[in-house]
Amino acid sequence: MPDAVEVVGLRKAYGEKRAVDGLDLHVAHGEVVAILGPNGAGKTTTVEILEGYRSRDGGDVRVLGQDPQTGGRDWRSRLGIVLQTNNDLAEATVAELVHHFARFFPDPRDPDEVIAAVGLQEKVRTRARQLSGGQRRRLDVALGIVGRPELLFLDEPTTGFDPQARRSFWDLVEALADGGTTILLTTHYLEEAERLADRVLVVRDGQVVAEGTPADLGGRTARQAVVRWTQDGQTREVRTDTPTQVVVELTGTFGGEVPGLQVLRPTLEDVYLSLIDGGTS
Amino acid sequence: MSVVDTRTRLPGVLRLGLARTGYEVRTFFRERDAVVFIFAYPIIMLAIFATVFGQDGATVGPEPGIPFAQYFLPGMVATGVMLSSFQQLAISIAVERDDGGLKRLHGTPLPPAAYFLGKTGEVLATSLIQTALLLAAAALLFDVPLPTTATAWATFAWVFVLGTAAGTLAGVAFSSVPRSGKSASAVVTPVVLVLQFISGVFFVFQDLPTWMQQVASVFPLKWMAQGMRSVFLPPSAEAWEVSGSWQHGATAVVLLVWAVGALVVGIRTFRWQRRDDG
Repeated sequence: MPDAVEVVGLRKAYGEKRAVDGLDLHVAHGEVVAILGPNGAGKTTTVEILEGYRSRDGGDVRVLGQDPQTGGRDWRSRLGIVLQTNNDLAEATVAELVHHFARFFPDPRDPDEVIAAVGLQEKVRTRARQLSGGQRRRLDVALGIVGRPELLFLDEPTTGFDPQARRSFWDLVEALADGGTTILLTTHYLEEAERLADRVLVVRDGQVVAEGTPADLGGRTARQAVVRWTQDGQTREVRTDTPTQVVVELTGTFGGEVPGLQVLRPTLEDVYLSLIDGGTS
Repeated sequence: MSVVDTRTRLPGVLRLGLARTGYEVRTFFRERDAVVFIFAYPIIMLAIFATVFGQDGATVGPEPGIPFAQYFLPGMVATGVMLSSFQQLAISIAVERDDGGLKRLHGTPLPPAAYFLGKTGEVLATSLIQTALLLAAAALLFDVPLPTTATAWATFAWVFVLGTAAGTLAGVAFSSVPRSGKSASAVVTPVVLVLQFISGVFFVFQDLPTWMQQVASVFPLKWMAQGMRSVFLPPSAEAWEVSGSWQHGATAVVLLVWAVGALVVGIRTFRWQRRDDG
């Protein structure tokens, strides 16, 4: 079976600015892939091309086997789309909206179950305009998944959330992934990519600068430990794959305690920051 | 492929159009300010003009004269149709485009035709209610005699339907003109207001300068008002018209041309997203 998303050499420019510049992307069925990158890296442009909202200047794009530019109702009925920011649908209630959107699809999920799944069962009679930011986003997700999508797009789903809301949102997305939904999400939160994604693409200036599982991102060298200590009044450090060995040797050299000893593992954040700074430093 | 075959078929356009109509009508009635404005405006205007001009039993037109409330009623009916079709849609669609509502719908398998059917259904429902309220107010508060012949009501029906169609389609097309949702009512309302002044709604059409009458004749409101005059004014008023006739043929043609023209423009210019988005 071909991948759910297949993108080769995608290009899109706005005037002089190359928003997407030769981007490759593959998402297998059932996979959760995060596109991680700073604002303006081309994440949203890429995703909106895949959703059929924007045209492209070049490259091959297949989403569920279709070119998004020519995808019809059948194709759309297999997608779930959660856009970046919304303040529409203000006057309708949660229950009305989820039930209404369910009718657009050939094989929808039970709207009441969807409302419960996103944790809005207390808010069924509340109008969209009265929901908090986090509740509003949950409603967006409810409308995105009520059609039982094979492929779900989440564009920066938790921007502006408090930590509590973000954590419960992640649980929701994990439940969807466990249910077999293929998910492509964009985010500029590392923690989010690390928690949710099977695979992460780091995007900078419209290109993929790194790709891998959250644990492998940036390659082995980027993940080397740093051993740091103080010697002759100066801070010394080495990068190594075998920090324990280095500490043993230092212990021998100093005949006991090593002054100012630190063993540092680069966090995903350190790796990420070095990746997105890569072009300028 | 079997994957496709096992899926239930996509819901039909008409069914979705009905579902959209229900949704549109329900949410329309929740925007209380818009509801009050659209329903009350023609009635308030009728009350003001009939009272100001009709003091001491003054009348207008050929002997024995038409009471002002009766004279203004057809114009207010036409205005009401224009408000609930053209103005309502041009503003609400511009707002939906600006706040991302249209973009969201476009990301679902909802067919565009069902969206427009929903808007049309909403316009029909609101303009029928509004016209009924206006006629009731005119008859009960201002003793305006309503037509009693089937012919008059048939004329009312086709002018109402064609006028609503032209206003609806022109509203969809015009919704692309405002640059943002916030500016929408500031851009749309003056258009409607100017047309009301030059189309024989607020002033007796025959009293307007000829050039103004000619400008008004380009737009549908003048024809809707004239068509409604043929319904609500006595037959003796026909000779008093500028052309000496109700011009039913010309009215139908102008309204149809506007409907078809606006449909063509609307199809070519309609956008699901803001201009600055994609």
